[in-house]
Amino acid sequence: MSDVLANDLITPDAGADPLLSLGDVSILKAAPVTRLSFRARPAGVVDAGSAFGVSLPTKALTCEVAPKRAALWMGPDEWTLIAPEEDLGDVFGALETKLKDQPHALVDISERSEAIIVSGEKAAWLLNTGIFIDFSLDAFPVGTVSRTIFHKSPVMIWRTGPDTFIVEAWVSFMDYVAGLLVQSAGELDAA
Amino acid sequence: MLLVYCPYCGVERPETEFSCGGQAHIARPVDPSAATEEDWVNFLYMRSNTKGVYVERWRHTHGCGRFFNAVRNTVTDDFLSFYKAGEPMPDLEELAKEAGK
Amino acid sequence: MSQPFRTEKGGRIDRAGEISFTFDGEQMQGHAGDTLASALLANGVHLVGRSFKYHRPRGIVTAGSEEPNALVGIYRHGDQTPNLRATQVELYQGLEAISQNRFPSLGFDVGAINDRLSMFFPAGFYYKTFMWPKSFWDRVYEPVIRAAAGLGKPPQNPDQDFYGNQFAHCDVLIAGAGPAGLAAALAAAESGASVILCDEQAEFGGSLLTETNATIDGKAPADWVAETIGKLAATDNVRLLSRTTAFGYFAHNYVALAERVTEHLSQPDPKLPRERLWQVRAKEVVIASGAIERPMVFPENDRPGILLAEAGRTYLNRYGVKVGHKVVIATACDTAWQVAFDLADNGVEIAAIVDLRESPPESLLSIAKARNIRVEAGCVVTGTLGRKRIKAALLGKLMTSGQVASGGQVDCDALLMSGGWTPTVSLYSQSRGKVVWDGDKGAYVPGKSVQKERSVGGAKGLYGLQATLEDGYAAGEEAAKAATGKSAKVTYAAASGGEPGEGGTLGALPHDRNASKVKAFVDYQNDVTAKDVKLAVREGMHSIEHIKRYTTTGMATDQGRLSNMNALQIASGALERPMTDVGLTTFRLPYTPTTFGIFAGVARGDFFDPVRKTPSHDWVVEHGGVFEDVGQWKRTWYFPKPGEDMHAAVARECKTVRDSVGLFDASTLGKIEVVGADAAEFLERMYTNPWKKLAPGRCRYGLLLNDAGFISDDGVIGRLADDRFHVTTTTGGAPSVFATMEDYLQTEWPDLDVWITSTTEQYAVAAVQGPKAREVIAPFIEGVDLSNDAFPHMSVREATFCGVPCRLFRISFTGELGFEINVPRRHGKMMWETLAGEIEKHDGTTYGTETMHVLRAEKGYIIVGQDTDGTVTPQDAGMTWAIGKKKFDFVGKRGLDRPDLVAENRKQFVGLLTKDPKVKLEEGAQITTAENPATGTPAEGHVTSSYFSPALDRTIALAVVKNGHALEGKTLYVPMPDGSIPVEVTGPVFYDKEGARINV
Repeated sequence: MSDVLANDLITPDAGADPLLSLGDVSILKAAPVTRLSFRARPAGVVDAGSAFGVSLPTKALTCEVAPKRAALWMGPDEWTLIAPEEDLGDVFGALETKLKDQPHALVDISERSEAIIVSGEKAAWLLNTGIFIDFSLDAFPVGTVSRTIFHKSPVMIWRTGPDTFIVEAWVSFMDYVAGLLVQSAGELDAA
Repeated sequence: MLLVYCPYCGVERPETEFSCGGQAHIARPVDPSAATEEDWVNFLYMRSNTKGVYVERWRHTHGCGRFFNAVRNTVTDDFLSFYKAGEPMPDLEELAKEAGK
Repeated sequence: MSQPFRTEKGGRIDRAGEISFTFDGEQMQGHAGDTLASALLANGVHLVGRSFKYHRPRGIVTAGSEEPNALVGIYRHGDQTPNLRATQVELYQGLEAISQNRFPSLGFDVGAINDRLSMFFPAGFYYKTFMWPKSFWDRVYEPVIRAAAGLGKPPQNPDQDFYGNQFAHCDVLIAGAGPAGLAAALAAAESGASVILCDEQAEFGGSLLTETNATIDGKAPADWVAETIGKLAATDNVRLLSRTTAFGYFAHNYVALAERVTEHLSQPDPKLPRERLWQVRAKEVVIASGAIERPMVFPENDRPGILLAEAGRTYLNRYGVKVGHKVVIATACDTAWQVAFDLADNGVEIAAIVDLRESPPESLLSIAKARNIRVEAGCVVTGTLGRKRIKAALLGKLMTSGQVASGGQVDCDALLMSGGWTPTVSLYSQSRGKVVWDGDKGAYVPGKSVQKERSVGGAKGLYGLQATLEDGYAAGEEAAKAATGKSAKVTYAAASGGEPGEGGTLGALPHDRNASKVKAFVDYQNDVTAKDVKLAVREGMHSIEHIKRYTTTGMATDQGRLSNMNALQIASGALERPMTDVGLTTFRLPYTPTTFGIFAGVARGDFFDPVRKTPSHDWVVEHGGVFEDVGQWKRTWYFPKPGEDMHAAVARECKTVRDSVGLFDASTLGKIEVVGADAAEFLERMYTNPWKKLAPGRCRYGLLLNDAGFISDDGVIGRLADDRFHVTTTTGGAPSVFATMEDYLQTEWPDLDVWITSTTEQYAVAAVQGPKAREVIAPFIEGVDLSNDAFPHMSVREATFCGVPCRLFRISFTGELGFEINVPRRHGKMMWETLAGEIEKHDGTTYGTETMHVLRAEKGYIIVGQDTDGTVTPQDAGMTWAIGKKKFDFVGKRGLDRPDLVAENRKQFVGLLTKDPKVKLEEGAQITTAENPATGTPAEGHVTSSYFSPALDRTIALAVVKNGHALEGKTLYVPMPDGSIPVEVTGPVFYDKEGARINV
């Protein structure tokens, strides 16, 4: 799995049983991380990158990844910054200090969502049971980040490998999202 | 389900990711208290509801969250143009002519 | 002998073993590869159903999804699925099928009396026969008609299957895998496009599986199909979907496919869905839906044993079944002759070929002669004999005068008819294309493409194997090029044989019978005759859309694919207008009947909608709490103790909060973090209240209007820092408030340096309310002096709760001393359990939304959406105190000056006390000034909230009443079915009017 992006950052929750474990696809709950919503005028973007430790992507739907850091493009002035759980205070402080004279907004959203790791040969197929996005590698290459809709729930999809996707949803939606994914994967186990 | 292009994300996505906000380019008066009753009523309620080429506001609600504008033929559902909020309205006649070719 | 109509050899069935099935309880045998229809025919069964209106015996007519008569119920999981077409039901071991719309049995059906009484059931009989008295509709007409007419019975139990959903994208979607579709798929795949090829049948190949009189690249057509499918299956980016119907073509090349995954299996794996909905976005679409044969409209053309000619050939060549031993062919075109020849070559006696045309092609006549087949040219069938199966056909000779002379009677046990071919333009029509009349082809064909699609082969009226293949290849290449820009040199296969036929007819055939006595059916399933169509025209229906609805022709499950063209011609004759002027009705989706299950998909049971739970959920379940749904959220409604009903539990909870302390889960309230140098300016513009002077650490109640001036949401807003606010919204309003804020921010005030972020789910929130609230939280809070002086009402601080960072608010929605603690969500469970344990020590209680509602009503606090309905202004609500008078602007400010909003007689928010303190008003009840108002008296207002108040030991209510503020002390009435209830108008605050309890 060394070709998978951010695998030092988004890691399976060691304490949790796999939600799904089939030959072709598995679903693992991800361990908690620090998530910050960062908003800024263009002028602040470079400084934010240097304070955070990885530059903020300006190309739509992409990410920038460095050891223990990931910056995900969410919108033209919106990024989700991901760091290890214990770095919350340091990262928040570093950004606020560096940007104190620049228009920006930094909000802790670490607890707002949960992530699951959907991986395997059938991962894209499984996501397509509820998401109307073309997950072919041409249309949705590795590193692509996008919010979208899974059935009736808003989700964020981050492709970290050809067959690996991070699926994030607001916590109260995760039972629905993970539950439906597990249910829909059931037929892969049919004789 | 329509296929909508988001000019910020640079991709076409299904309509379910978006919300349509009705007619575009209806500016809120800068000083509402100076607006006449008629101006204010027009701002609040009056829409052209065009059969044909119509300019609409859309928001990529379940995407980048940005508002943008789209020119849609309300009869055929064909989109003729998408552009970012704040950009000027294109020449609709020209667009319609182009699309008719 | 088992299967007396089975051929000795041939067909695509597996002859190695027999499988058993039952039809109406009778056991029969068939083979794998049969459909239920072919197996029934092999057993000599033609009678499979009773017609909709007249209960006439009906038999299998087609071999495809357009089947109008052979609708059956199939048992699955002990319940039956009604209205499946026997021509599409694949046979499996143990299949149980039942016929429909008959009582007590298929052979003897009492409803058949309708046929004798048919003079009472003309076109439009619904509209004329059952007009009065009105009360008879519910009690007599409707139940009787419903019992007598109709199709299958609905299943009795919840659907035990589940249904899959799959979204897919492709460069080229091809609907239909006959010769044109297969050629298109080959060409598109070879060009490098990603392809989805679907076909409604179990096997790919369409007409090629029936064709014996042609070769492709020197191979038998079925062999070429097998080779082609093998090639496609081995190609990357090609998805082959059999048993998959493209049933809906929507905007922007969004096409819905229904795949039957396990319907055909005897023992389906329970892990597999029964059906799967494919929602496909295709860059280009190729419609290769082919053409279907038209029935001929002659008297008694609906007897069991009368089928379409090509269906007879399909049963023979594909399924190894003879539709009869002695067959009459009635035709107006060449293709049916080949049917006769194939049957004759397989030992079926052809009693006669009856061709409408005076001079059928010599080539056909000579082949017929060689086989000693009797040919009657310039002849029509004028009627048939036999009740449950055709016994004989009556012939008529067309005279030059236009009259018909009797041509005698021919005995037969089956009749195959062909009125020519109709292109299947349903999908094209659904794509919003307009069909055009092609006089040469005698058919409506697809006109200009309005979406990125093209029709090929039979679907556009192009026939003949070679031409169809060429058309398919070309379309596949073109579609691939359009989708991908790529092309490749594609080698076309060459066909010989399978020549296109000539001829065809439309409308009712002439006959020598008494026109008022005979029935010549146009639409089998809806029992519409040629007479009905003419009657509709006589009765003033001059538009084809009216004729369709009046007669119901074309409104059956085949959507008129069999009947439309004949009906149109008959209508055109009666209207004395050319067919092209009469026009065609629009084909709508679904193309064929589609299950509700596939539309519902995964949205059933636990997954009907997301169920959003707060961190206290499990604790509440363990402690017997009762939930209510608030949007998608589960919120605790009340916490009954053993033996308590809702009233008792709520009364206890209310009293406990006022006397000591209560704990409430407020996690669902919307939370928005507003951050940036212009945060205060932004709130100043959004909310009615002033914000700029609010000091960090302080809170204020915020009232949000829309620009029309009406209340749209409210909530407490705390200022955490100069540039950071914590905004709360109502639970239900959270998404719309966020969207509204984004709207103003992005499109009206993009210059403001401020951003908003939803933090609803970042925090779990516990509200601790009541005189002992401070004592309850004190042991766990660090970093804040909780005294009233240091931390007064409407304050906010960052602190810790059990060492976890929290935002602590001192706010109240009960009128008591109150705190709301926001901790990162992960710690919500710990916080709840800690506080729930602590309140017990103080004789406190957990409480739910009902108690919250009562307590706030006692204080006259509004609930947006309950006490307001989108037409209430701050003035109406008595909340002008919330408006920043000196503000330049805020959303809704200008609206408030509109004449209607400052007019007299607006409904205003008041309290109501019933004269009898035990009587509780109904929420929504109307309010009048007269005790017993006359019928039609407009209401003065209505009750918005009504509760029993334990603190006051009486009922209380809130209401909006015209000029209510001026009516305080006056008596009004709430008229109810069992008497008018007198009420006194009061102010909306019932308890602790001076607000002393909050500031302790």
